[in-house]
Amino acid sequence: MTAVLEIEGLQKSYRSRRRGTRNALDGFDMRVESGQVHGFLGPNGSGKTTTLRTLLGLIRPDGGRMRLLGHEVPADLSVVAGQVGAIVESPQFFPHFTARDTLSLLATAGEVRSTRVDEVLELVGLRDRSRERVKTYSLGMKQRLAVASALLKEPRLLILDEPANGLDPGGIREMRALMRNLSEAGTTVLLSSHILAEIQLICDSVTIISLGRRVAFGPVEKVLAAHSAGTVRVRLEAVADLPEASEALTRAGFHVTREPGHLLLAGVEEAAMVTRLLAGQGLYVSELVWVDADLESVFLDLTATAPAPGQSRQVDQPARPAAVGQRSTGGWGA
Amino acid sequence: MSLYRAELRRLVLRRLTRWATVLGLAVLATVAIGVFLSNQKIDDAARAKAEVAAEQYWQQQVRQTEEIRAECEQAAARGDQSDRFPPDCSQISPPPQDVYLAEQYLPATFDFRASFGGTLIALAAILALVGFVVGSSFVGAEWNTGGMMTMLLWRPKRVSVLLTKLAALLTGLLALAVTTTVLWFGSFWLIASTRGSTAGMTTGAWQSFALTSLRGVVLALVAAVLGFGLASLGRHTAMALGGAVGVVVVGQFGLGVLLSLTGAKFVEAWLLPTYVQAWMQKEVVLQDWQTCRVNPFGQCDPETLTLTWQHTSGLLVAGLVLILGGACWAIRRRDVS
Repeated sequence: MTAVLEIEGLQKSYRSRRRGTRNALDGFDMRVESGQVHGFLGPNGSGKTTTLRTLLGLIRPDGGRMRLLGHEVPADLSVVAGQVGAIVESPQFFPHFTARDTLSLLATAGEVRSTRVDEVLELVGLRDRSRERVKTYSLGMKQRLAVASALLKEPRLLILDEPANGLDPGGIREMRALMRNLSEAGTTVLLSSHILAEIQLICDSVTIISLGRRVAFGPVEKVLAAHSAGTVRVRLEAVADLPEASEALTRAGFHVTREPGHLLLAGVEEAAMVTRLLAGQGLYVSELVWVDADLESVFLDLTATAPAPGQSRQVDQPARPAAVGQRSTGGWGA
Repeated sequence: MSLYRAELRRLVLRRLTRWATVLGLAVLATVAIGVFLSNQKIDDAARAKAEVAAEQYWQQQVRQTEEIRAECEQAAARGDQSDRFPPDCSQISPPPQDVYLAEQYLPATFDFRASFGGTLIALAAILALVGFVVGSSFVGAEWNTGGMMTMLLWRPKRVSVLLTKLAALLTGLLALAVTTTVLWFGSFWLIASTRGSTAGMTTGAWQSFALTSLRGVVLALVAAVLGFGLASLGRHTAMALGGAVGVVVVGQFGLGVLLSLTGAKFVEAWLLPTYVQAWMQKEVVLQDWQTCRVNPFGQCDPETLTLTWQHTSGLLVAGLVLILGGACWAIRRRDVS
């Protein structure tokens, strides 16, 4: 397979007199193969949008190398811009223009045939509302218009940043079908989203970014398999024994997560090791099941952004255990 | 070329462009209608009426003078020594009739040659205002609503996009300015024909009006570029409008007051309207009455400073280079976020 998008060692820092230097991208790597739907995941402030903006020539990188459709960017961006459709962050349009005017102006500027406007309006379901001003649109309708504008060029590579934002469940399903159809027609789709279940459903491969660095990449099944191996759910005959069992398993070197009514153990090679150890302590297992991880748990694990009791995680920071005795109500920056 | 066409269409589609144009034209139409209504054609009847009015006024003055002289003589007969009247009542005489010229009693009339030049300044001012507002909004609103970012995703050559947008703006404004100027000439020629006089319009007079109009159109285009450049630098329409208000309030009123307090010479030379006036009228002569130069007849002549349209053109070029150059540099260097 050929790569339509390659990023190597991408770096971008923001300097501020008050806050000093912040590395938005710290040697980030990425590769998207032709014809795939590729998920691009990362917590808020991890560098996703900075990556996309840098790739599209909106932000000047401090270092690294990027290639789009075989061309070095930003140097050759004007050569490939006509083949790359993109929406970055929230959809932004002139509020007093109609959707048709908006697309028609873009089509003229990009030398796209005028009939394409009707085609994309039909594709995103805005045909009957196309003569209304954009300011009367809901967020979901603006999102559809943004996708329509990205599709105008009949792009070989489609970059969509949070395309499902504001869409109703039907709209999300339509968007999913659209992505699949585009992919089957040969368009490569790079999809940035926080709706991890959607990514798991739609995407062939993923890249996960955290603090400006790639922390996982590859086909979705492989990423899941790599991070779900050896995870078992353990229930005991007596729920009251869970703390004692947790301590015993931790001492034995297992990574234990206490959940209501059961324990989750990571890094287990053989289930018999667990049953033997617990039986030796007089603790009896009522259920022991191998667990397949979903993308959400892998994401939270890799980016260390799972909510932790008693801790209020700040944007740009991974979760850390709260200090002993420290009390917090939790929440976003609370 | 396609981007240029799209931008031209975007300019025409914009609500503010339409409103500013309509508003500007409405103000100009009001001026023209006002001039039309307040002037009259001078014909033989009007002249006869004016002669009668002049005669009546003179006769009224004669009657009043006779009454005053009679009062004076009565006072002299009573031995009144007050200074209400001169000692010799024969000094009170009616004014000569030729002082009351019939021309002074003619109604207002629009003399094209004498008055049209002044109206061109009003035209240039309105066009410049429309150009500044539309120019700043054309790019400022695009930055503000994200339209510029969307366009840069289609056309990644930033300076080229900015200058194409500017070219579309200037084309639109030039079309508006030329059309309006032609209509202005036509309207006032019509006003002069029906409510005044078109006499004395030599080739030289036409040439002078044409050059003044040309300078007015250039002024409007420069105002549009400055508004466009300022809004692009600040990435918001408010940057240009706020900058303009700042220049007027701080740079002009504030500076004017400060210079007056310090007793500086030629305070007007520091104020932008003086340069606009010099641009439109070819030159402005400033006088400093604080300095007295005694002429051979013993009179006091003020020191003068002449500002010409060439001085203004230097100022305009400097402003254009600074602001448009800055806007091009900024869009090339700054991240779009």
